[in-house]
Amino acid sequence: MRLIENVSRRGFLQGALASGVFVLSARVLPSPLWAADEAAAAPFDPTIWMSIGADGTVTIVAHRSEMGCGSRTALPIVVADELDADWKRVKIEQAPGDPKYGDQDTDGSHSVKSNFELMRQVGATGRAMLISAAAAQWGVAAKECSTEPHIVVHKASGRKLGYGELAAAAANLAVPKKEDLQFKSRDEWRYIGKESNALFDLPEIVTGKATFGMDATMPGMVYASIEHPPVLGQKIKSLDDRATLKVAGVQKIIKIDTVEPPHLFKPLGGVAVIADNTWAAFNGRKQLKIEWGKSPHSVYDSVEFRKTLTETSRKPGKVVRNIGDVDAEFAKGGKIMEAEYYAPHLAHAAMEPNVAVAEFRDGKVVAWAPTQNPQAVQDTIANVLGIKKEDVTCHVTLLGGAFGRKSKPDQVAEAAVLSKQLGKPVKVVWTREDDIQFDFFHSVAAMYMKAAIGANGKPTAWLQRTTYPPIGSTFDATAKYADDEMGLGWNNLPFDIPNHRAENGPADYHVRIGWLRSVANIYHAFAIHSFADELAHNAKRDPVEYLLNLVGPARIVPLEAKGDDAEDAKAYPLDTARWRRVIEIVAERSNWAKRPVTKGRGFGIAAHRSFLTYVATVVEVEVDGRGQVHIPNVWTAMDAGTVVSPDNVRNQVQGAAVFGTSLALFSEITARRGIIEQSNFHNYQLARMNRAPRNIDVHVVASDAPPAGVGEPGLPPFAPALYNAVFAATGKRVREMPLSKTKLV
Amino acid sequence: MIRLKVNGHEKTFDGDPDMPLLWYLRDVAGLTGTKYGCGMSLCGSCTVHRNGEAIRSCTTAMKDVAGASITTIEGIEPMHPVQKAWMEIRVPQCGYCQTGQIMQAIALLKEKKNPTDQDIDTAMSGNLCRCGTYTRIRAAIHQAAKELA
Repeated sequence: MRLIENVSRRGFLQGALASGVFVLSARVLPSPLWAADEAAAAPFDPTIWMSIGADGTVTIVAHRSEMGCGSRTALPIVVADELDADWKRVKIEQAPGDPKYGDQDTDGSHSVKSNFELMRQVGATGRAMLISAAAAQWGVAAKECSTEPHIVVHKASGRKLGYGELAAAAANLAVPKKEDLQFKSRDEWRYIGKESNALFDLPEIVTGKATFGMDATMPGMVYASIEHPPVLGQKIKSLDDRATLKVAGVQKIIKIDTVEPPHLFKPLGGVAVIADNTWAAFNGRKQLKIEWGKSPHSVYDSVEFRKTLTETSRKPGKVVRNIGDVDAEFAKGGKIMEAEYYAPHLAHAAMEPNVAVAEFRDGKVVAWAPTQNPQAVQDTIANVLGIKKEDVTCHVTLLGGAFGRKSKPDQVAEAAVLSKQLGKPVKVVWTREDDIQFDFFHSVAAMYMKAAIGANGKPTAWLQRTTYPPIGSTFDATAKYADDEMGLGWNNLPFDIPNHRAENGPADYHVRIGWLRSVANIYHAFAIHSFADELAHNAKRDPVEYLLNLVGPARIVPLEAKGDDAEDAKAYPLDTARWRRVIEIVAERSNWAKRPVTKGRGFGIAAHRSFLTYVATVVEVEVDGRGQVHIPNVWTAMDAGTVVSPDNVRNQVQGAAVFGTSLALFSEITARRGIIEQSNFHNYQLARMNRAPRNIDVHVVASDAPPAGVGEPGLPPFAPALYNAVFAATGKRVREMPLSKTKLV
Repeated sequence: MIRLKVNGHEKTFDGDPDMPLLWYLRDVAGLTGTKYGCGMSLCGSCTVHRNGEAIRSCTTAMKDVAGASITTIEGIEPMHPVQKAWMEIRVPQCGYCQTGQIMQAIALLKEKKNPTDQDIDTAMSGNLCRCGTYTRIRAAIHQAAKELA
């Protein structure tokens, strides 16, 4: 529970908030304390969310990270709307890592979903108190007063008072109860759901003044570049640093212990070159001569590993969902379809490589980092240095892209470890090569699919198996089966099929595995929606009509869910009416029924639900005489429930189409003898403007449903829609990513 | 001793003449609007102007800019029509690559007043954006071209 409190008179504010006269906090209370007076006895450590200065400046705290998804703007917009503030007079203050803010891990596409109601409550509380303050001053009833942006109005007398003028009086008032608050009705919202190009950091970004992690500095800092063990777990056998120490600007060499499993977010280990500037550190590092010891992961070979994964996926695995009896149906002797799909490791490759600056002093650490999860920075550094979590301060800069990589703060811990040894602040800068080769990789996966085909071409049984090294292996070296990944598009198939079984096979890890934008949905959606398209063509039916038939009538699909998923299952039931609607919308907008049928040109569709959001995508491809795939058009319909900024949603979905183009056409990480073979953008290729989709039409479905995810759900349907389009254009069914490995002509 | 002009100011540099201009700008001159992305001229995040022409500062050594006039994003008088278009169309997501994109776009528009989609593709395909803002970048360049005309 959160208790909104008036903390105006406490006088402990810093930064932009310090000009606040009227200050509201929302304290997290353990639920047993909630009803009782014991709440008052809980340690006073308020979580400031909003302040209003005497000049009317409203400062709103952003407690989640900005990596390009827009949450740093979106959440304050919700506060500002309920407060009825003028957005032009709002400032945003970024919160450091602190458990009192609740969850700050900006991943899983849930910043708005999880904070929408709290932000509304903070804003509505402030507005009610400003109205009370004005009413008292005028000697009228509060209910006779209303607000215009930044002003309380008494219509009957025509009197007006600005928020700045009222701040000091509001600071003396008691906080109203939540049940007494007047929330705006949806049609009273000025900002939420409205067209706007608001993005708080936009002027700083376009003028180069925005501070990303790469731009953070601390007085007296030195620069570090680290040679990591090429194979996970290798230790230094011998080191010759004489040539490095002769390089101009190099100060010192420091060894970092090789990580022992479980790897968590601890430093990988290696040899750090400390220098006067980034270039000297990079340059000196090239002169290191290191002999590395043995590692069990030296066996990792992507060609061999693919065979292992594929074989595992052919055998029965752990059952994660079972409906009816697929085996009995397969035994009946009707038509059977089978297919196998493969998707490789991926690196996140955010444009800003891993970077952080940290200082260890007097047993405490202060860090500045582009992190999705500042509390993980606190935990990791506390764990590695053996200090208390509360003795680690993590300030959050803007993130130059993240995509899940920057939830894992190994580089911040590296900076802290080095600073402790050097006695001064250290900035650790990863090269692009480091960033690609020492990622927490998106997992490599093999899927096996089998269906029994009924009389009308619709499956009567559907078996799906998926196998990949799980993310859990990063946290528990013995983990071989997936866990949370099952909820990411595997144990929640919505199709109207009487017999269905979903399985997961075991796999060993040889690199650190982590989550990447939409995570396991990428390969799960690729297999499921490619296979659905195969069945449609087998049935000689139109893919859209077939897909609607497969999804079946409008209904709530019962799901067994645990933990957070169980909460979500109640508030966000899997509703096939919404699934059908996005398919119908995207078919109409792409003019699917009248799509041109010419050689080398094709349309494909896929629809997927992830992060509680329904998305359907149609991709149009042209395959030229050299077999190169061009994407003239993409149409996407997204139903994410209530959205704060429709234009930001469109931008995210457009970005997902480009991100999807990268992984569908170009990107692959492979290992040989345990070493990652790719190193920079020449051999880990991303979509460039000339190969990205030319037009991306995004339809945001108007909805009163509670807010769901936006940053990730645009991605999963893209690759299967593209591959289905390639099949329509060429008659070639490609079952592995990326497409560049398959010759189409 | 290397002499150069950065955003109109005379500068001297007596460090490693092989140091890329990027790291001089960022670590020595404190101009952090120019970004590091790849170090190999593969991503364009480090794009600046040398005598008005777009170059990749990550692979341009200090010895190769002796006597040159360098313009970084900090040297562009805000709001330039390109920056304005970037804001109106709300191009950026994370924003990290965008200063490089803007510098590349300004150089393009100097050379071609009214670029076609093809011209834009050719000029801009060396600039990666992992967030995937390409369709908006293209639209913003067209809009800026109209304002500059």
